[in-house]
Amino acid sequence: MSTRCHVATRKGLFTLNRGASAWSISRANFLGDNCTLVMHDPRSGELIAALNHGHFGVKMHRSRVGGATWNEIATPQYPEKPADYVPKVNPAEGKPADWSLKLVWSLAPGGGDEPGVLWCGTLPGGLFRSEDGGNSWALNRSLWDDPQREEWFGGGADHPGIHSVCVDPRDSRHVTVGVSCGGVWSTRDAGSTWRLTGRGMRAEFMPPERQFEPNVQDPHLVAQSPANPDVLWVQHHNGIFKSTDAAASWSEITNVKPSAFGFPVAAHPGDADTAWFVPAVKDEKRYPMDGRVVVNRTRDGGKSFETLTRGLPQEHAYDLVFRHALDVDETGDRLMFGSTTGSLWVSEDAGDSWQTVSSNLPPIYAVRFEKVS
Amino acid sequence: MPTVRFTQNIQRHVACPTREVAGETIRDVLDGYFRLHAQARGYVLDDQGRLRQHMAIFIDGSQIRDRDDLSDRVPPDAVVDLVQALSGG
Repeated sequence: MSTRCHVATRKGLFTLNRGASAWSISRANFLGDNCTLVMHDPRSGELIAALNHGHFGVKMHRSRVGGATWNEIATPQYPEKPADYVPKVNPAEGKPADWSLKLVWSLAPGGGDEPGVLWCGTLPGGLFRSEDGGNSWALNRSLWDDPQREEWFGGGADHPGIHSVCVDPRDSRHVTVGVSCGGVWSTRDAGSTWRLTGRGMRAEFMPPERQFEPNVQDPHLVAQSPANPDVLWVQHHNGIFKSTDAAASWSEITNVKPSAFGFPVAAHPGDADTAWFVPAVKDEKRYPMDGRVVVNRTRDGGKSFETLTRGLPQEHAYDLVFRHALDVDETGDRLMFGSTTGSLWVSEDAGDSWQTVSSNLPPIYAVRFEKVS
Repeated sequence: MPTVRFTQNIQRHVACPTREVAGETIRDVLDGYFRLHAQARGYVLDDQGRLRQHMAIFIDGSQIRDRDDLSDRVPPDAVVDLVQALSGG
């Protein structure tokens, strides 16, 4: 059971430890800096933090000592445009994509059989891979050079981006990525070739004749079931979708109260039928329904949902939970999630009840348990 | 030889001491500086070698005009200041 968790916020990275009776903050790193993402690598124990310094750009840091000290490592860098490159104007943006890193939006360790391999999804849409633990990064040209990539467009952000990287625990060469907006893509050969796999997804925000095009979909997050990696859950811009055939096709789940809108989803590590979501008023409003913070849990593969409220604020709470700000530990019992208004809650009974860890953190971007592999 | 100075704000991320660096354009001068202090490059220039959106460079007090190709001429005894722009703060 995980006893340590890392929380990336607008003003630094916080480490939390489970004491004898409760969780508490044990360390603050990068205090004052915009820490947009954190990753724990269960293979090596290393931590990677992504910072966005604004004026000075995006930077990456690594700790090999559990967060006690950090060193700056290489930042994914887009290559120079080839001399013969003919840019294609993206109709949604009115200009070609800028080959320049805007944000690190996903970090994932490679498989257990490929130590040192890391994947990194970014805005404006590049997927990077490191084979040396982050000392160097290479843009995946196969996906970047796909003509359909130039049609991706930003959702809430100004640029399209890759926010989800799911490495199949059965086969490290099988990787599935989620793009806002650009659907779900998968490779079976470690990134040499890619296939767009969004059949069945529906994009309410497009004209009717284009709503089922896979490349316009806006998955907010893709979560793969460790128990059955053919099962994937997607919290999508306009609903919840599930695949049982390794992302080849998707079915929409519509019977979700109080709302099917949201950003995060967490898949149970040992039960492919169980997943958690944090619903919100859809789309342009983005706050909890009726000012009540709730977590939705399904235990029957999406046929039904329980709305979990015990220990969560139930009046005048306007906490939005971003896509990386919900996590579940390796047992499926401990969950933690954080909000845009700096509240952080933990559950140790699979979501049945929650305790407030803090109400005073900076806006929270990511929550990551140190999982025992 | 031009003198290159950096804002104090960058120093907590990466050491950027004041140095004299030869060069006729601001690109030449910065390339020379980053040969000595490679880590500073990514803090000032973006992936395509352009000046970052919210950085500013002054040559003897005048802001450069060519933020993409950095072709502005640098007089031999000029002082080059690299600072944060007020935008983006």
